[in-house]
Amino acid sequence: MATTDVITDPHHEDELLAQFETTVGRGDRIEPRDWMPEGYRRTLVRQIAQHAHSEIIGMQPEGNWITRAPSLRRKATLLAKVQDEAGHGLYLYSACETLGVSRTELTELLLAGRQKYSSIFNYPTLSYADVGTIGWLVDGAAICNQVPLCRTSYGPYGRAMIRVCKEESFHQRQGYELLMAMMRGTDEQRAMVQESVNRFWWPALMMFGPPDDSSPNTAQSMAWGIKRNTNDDLRQRMVDMTVPQAERLGVTLPDPELAWNEERGHHDFGRPDWDEFLQVVKGDGPCNAQRLAHRRRAHEDGAWVREAATAFAARTATAGVAS
Amino acid sequence: MSGGPEWPLYEVFVRGKRGLNHVHVGSLHAADDQMAVLHARDVYTRRNEGVSIWVVRADAITASSPDEKDPLFAPSGDKVYRHPTFYAIPDDVPHM
Repeated sequence: MATTDVITDPHHEDELLAQFETTVGRGDRIEPRDWMPEGYRRTLVRQIAQHAHSEIIGMQPEGNWITRAPSLRRKATLLAKVQDEAGHGLYLYSACETLGVSRTELTELLLAGRQKYSSIFNYPTLSYADVGTIGWLVDGAAICNQVPLCRTSYGPYGRAMIRVCKEESFHQRQGYELLMAMMRGTDEQRAMVQESVNRFWWPALMMFGPPDDSSPNTAQSMAWGIKRNTNDDLRQRMVDMTVPQAERLGVTLPDPELAWNEERGHHDFGRPDWDEFLQVVKGDGPCNAQRLAHRRRAHEDGAWVREAATAFAARTATAGVAS
Repeated sequence: MSGGPEWPLYEVFVRGKRGLNHVHVGSLHAADDQMAVLHARDVYTRRNEGVSIWVVRADAITASSPDEKDPLFAPSGDKVYRHPTFYAIPDDVPHM
């Protein structure tokens, strides 16, 4: 629903802030028409927009393989999955719009490169095995990230995440099943899976964002109930969940330091290449330019459809009045 | 944005199955009512989530505002006698 600006008397700001903090503190949700601190709103807009853009740009790496899927079954699956990503983007854009930004603004900010999307989508999909690996590792990481977000303090964001999470499970399972099928195949197919996992493992771990000691926004986001876990906590959870899945699949995760730590009750693992991460975030990843150029082209190529629909709606509205 | 002005925002309500109310599920943009229904089907019911969809333009909705919250909902707040637990009945009275 469109937001109505709540006009606040500055004398009451402290009182409003106290009310806001009480609501968040008792685990209640903040809804669009509630008063909220400007920083909370700004943080949410940035996070939800980035999340929405990621879903939309995320259609490209896998969409790359739709025409070359090896069977009708795999093709139908991949089409459904890519369509889901579009749907997830739309749920999230709607949630973001409840904070008073327009869809037009969000689209323009993405196309101008002024709002980010997840750096994982700036890596290429070089083989068909990547479709499976993305489902298993990239959607697996997304699930780790998103399940706690179902309880985020901002109502519309949490509700969007619940819908997204219900569908992500299909994404991860179809990926793992695809990889299992390839692992039952020829040596060449098994090598394709291993090569794909080698390329995606570290970028998938980077999806949780920088380490806690260099993530300045985490503390405030957790105090506001936007984030429920730190980046490093979620990364650890991902590693612990994935290790037995890799064993069952018969692939090696490309990290010589990966080992079970009895004392901690968790796996130890190596340090992702944070320099590479920063480079990709800044725009110098393998596919940054290509992804944005494709998105811009799709947007421009679709302009005539939007114009025609607008003109049709205007004409039928006038005809309705006349008759 | 190229492609003309932004399409109006619609709120979407879905009846999950027969016997249930339509429930708000989210919103979307569409050029007109008919397109809003078609978009709602694609965005919100890809997995048999519904048997019926309502769409309504967001600007047609009138809502209570948070500022009115207290006066608007206060009358029911102090009428505890409207709830069954207000009435003490001995534990040995059956079926009540």
